[in-house]
Amino acid sequence: MSDPAAPVLSVRDLVTRIGGNAVVDGVSFDVAPGEVVALVGESGSGKSLTALSVMGLLPAAARAAAGSVRLEGEELLSAPERRLRRIRGQSLSMIFQEPVASLNPLMRVGEQVAESLVVHGRAGRAEAQARAVEMLARVGIPDPAARARQYPAELSGGMCQRVMIACALISEPRLLIADEPTTALDVTIQAQILTLMKRLRADFGTAILIITHDMGVVADIADRVCVMYGGRIVETGTAEEIFARPSHPYTRLLLSTIPRLSGARKELLRSIEGSVPDVSDWPEGCRFRSRCPLAQEDCAQVPPHVPVAGQPGHTAACLHLERIGEMT
Amino acid sequence: MSAAAQGLRERLTGRRRGPGSRAVLPFLAIFAAFVLIALLAPLIAPNDPNSQNLMGRLKAPGVTARNITYWLGSDELGRDLVSRLIWGARISLSVAVLSVALSGVVGTVLGMAAATARGWVETVIMRLVDVFLSIPAVLLAIITVAVLGPGFTNVVIVLALTRWPRYARVAYGQTLSVANMPYVRLARFMGASMPRILFIHILPNIIGAITVVATLEFGLMVLFEAGLSFLGLGVQPPTASWGAMLSVGRNYVGSAWWISAFPGLCLFLLVLSVNLIGDHLRDRLDPKSR
Ligand SMILES: Nc1ncnc2c1ncn2[C@@H]1O[C@H](COP(=O)(O)OP(=O)(O)OP(=O)(O)O)[C@@H](O)[C@H]1O
Ligand code: SF4
Ligand SMILES: [Mg+2]
Repeated sequence: MSDPAAPVLSVRDLVTRIGGNAVVDGVSFDVAPGEVVALVGESGSGKSLTALSVMGLLPAAARAAAGSVRLEGEELLSAPERRLRRIRGQSLSMIFQEPVASLNPLMRVGEQVAESLVVHGRAGRAEAQARAVEMLARVGIPDPAARARQYPAELSGGMCQRVMIACALISEPRLLIADEPTTALDVTIQAQILTLMKRLRADFGTAILIITHDMGVVADIADRVCVMYGGRIVETGTAEEIFARPSHPYTRLLLSTIPRLSGARKELLRSIEGSVPDVSDWPEGCRFRSRCPLAQEDCAQVPPHVPVAGQPGHTAACLHLERIGEMT
Repeated sequence: MSAAAQGLRERLTGRRRGPGSRAVLPFLAIFAAFVLIALLAPLIAPNDPNSQNLMGRLKAPGVTARNITYWLGSDELGRDLVSRLIWGARISLSVAVLSVALSGVVGTVLGMAAATARGWVETVIMRLVDVFLSIPAVLLAIITVAVLGPGFTNVVIVLALTRWPRYARVAYGQTLSVANMPYVRLARFMGASMPRILFIHILPNIIGAITVVATLEFGLMVLFEAGLSFLGLGVQPPTASWGAMLSVGRNYVGSAWWISAFPGLCLFLLVLSVNLIGDHLRDRLDPKSR
């Protein structure tokens, strides 16, 4: 832990099952201190379940069946609930997609921001309140003292998301997990929230695991990218690498979906034909086989991650990397 | 602003546009009047409600006998109806308040417990709720009071015993849905203890729905008390109760209509006003019914 370069979060060969299906199937990735890692992929590719497995918040039907999740070296998958409760709200925080529904409608904003301090007995009521107001100011809420006394219904969606971020960061966590933090917001507010997250990352040194299906968001904020498909990571590398040299056919197609600046956002992801099949219909071998334009018979074997030529840390799981040029 | 946010704001600020808000005011006034009368009964009742006057039996409203003016007439024992009605309001309202409070607390606690504990606790509580709700409430009340014996305390206990399932069912459903809200999941995630989640995050968000049930139940409890007293199973004579007065008055409808008419009118007004207030509250607090 004393090693400054040791990852905050280290996920190895994580398998999460719902019923008989591995909805997360052998996922491995690291998040370094202060780093922003994006999990991207279409709806149904297992991004949320990966995040929920990390936090120990899986729905009742799901179970993390194998692998390891270490936060600052400490194994979380086998940690008792009591210990997890302490870790969450101290070294691990999260923000949900629905900012408005994530706030208790009948609790004052300031109290909610202070919640994690109060719950863990890390500050008295008055001090927690003062720090909540300070935190509201830091997430760019004007007149924070007055806002702290208001109820969520009196705030806009963008304001609510700022409040959520304040809630998550007041404990100065080492890792923030944000599942689609901007999806529910309109475009200009989205940009503001991303800017805020970048600034806070710099201020607090908090590492961020951000989940999104929006390559535009990835381009804006991520240092590193893990592209997920069918419960597996199919390509990973620095954001620059991924955008400059997408090497997996799926990544290629995902990138082709970034809207031009003038493009309507509704067109997002439309251009990949079909959609992620249901878990029970995932093919043997390469999961992308049923939609891949380069698929061949040998794709019925599980493709291993192989380094992409000459770029350390950039790997892709495709048996025909050399043919990527055939895609336009 | 979304409709939900709009509703919330109205609920928080107590403001609401459109008709309906004002129409409930007269009924609030009637209800408030009954409450005042009940509270001040010893001060405002012109006569002792239980003092009999054989010379003043069955006097019509407005008649004076032996220096007593019977503004609303007298009953078969010469007791002043105004005074009995005033003291009767006390019985009606206190039985209703106590039984609603008791059944409300018991039902809410059990409903929330069922929704939180799940497993066999949930099964036992909710099956019990189903069983209780499948027995006609009046029948259940009559049977239990017959077993326990009549009297003020027993009536309250019996009513609470029969009515808690209504609250339990509402509290159960509401707790389940609120517990799934992201803010509750988040609070749990951040390490909030179970009591904190229940009392700080869930209870305030379901209390509105429970209040609506409580108001509607309140009117019902007034009627139940009257009904039990009518059957002689409620508060025992000579204590004044509207239901008992109605029951006695039944024998004199031909000759002394006022004995049953005025308690009937009081019951009607009280229950009507409580129910209309309840409907209004439901419209205000429960977005689903809109
Ligand atoms: N509670 C659940 N019960 C059964 N299946 C589930 C459950 N939650 C998710 N799944 C299935 O698991 C797969 C992966 O879901 P997940 O929510 O992780 O996808 P995602 O990548 O986060 O998608 P989205 O962008 O829609 O959030 C999907 O096929 C989904 O149908
Ligand atoms: S392994 Fe085959 S099916 Fe899978 S992405 Fe590569 S070419 Fe396509
Ligand atoms: Mg998701």
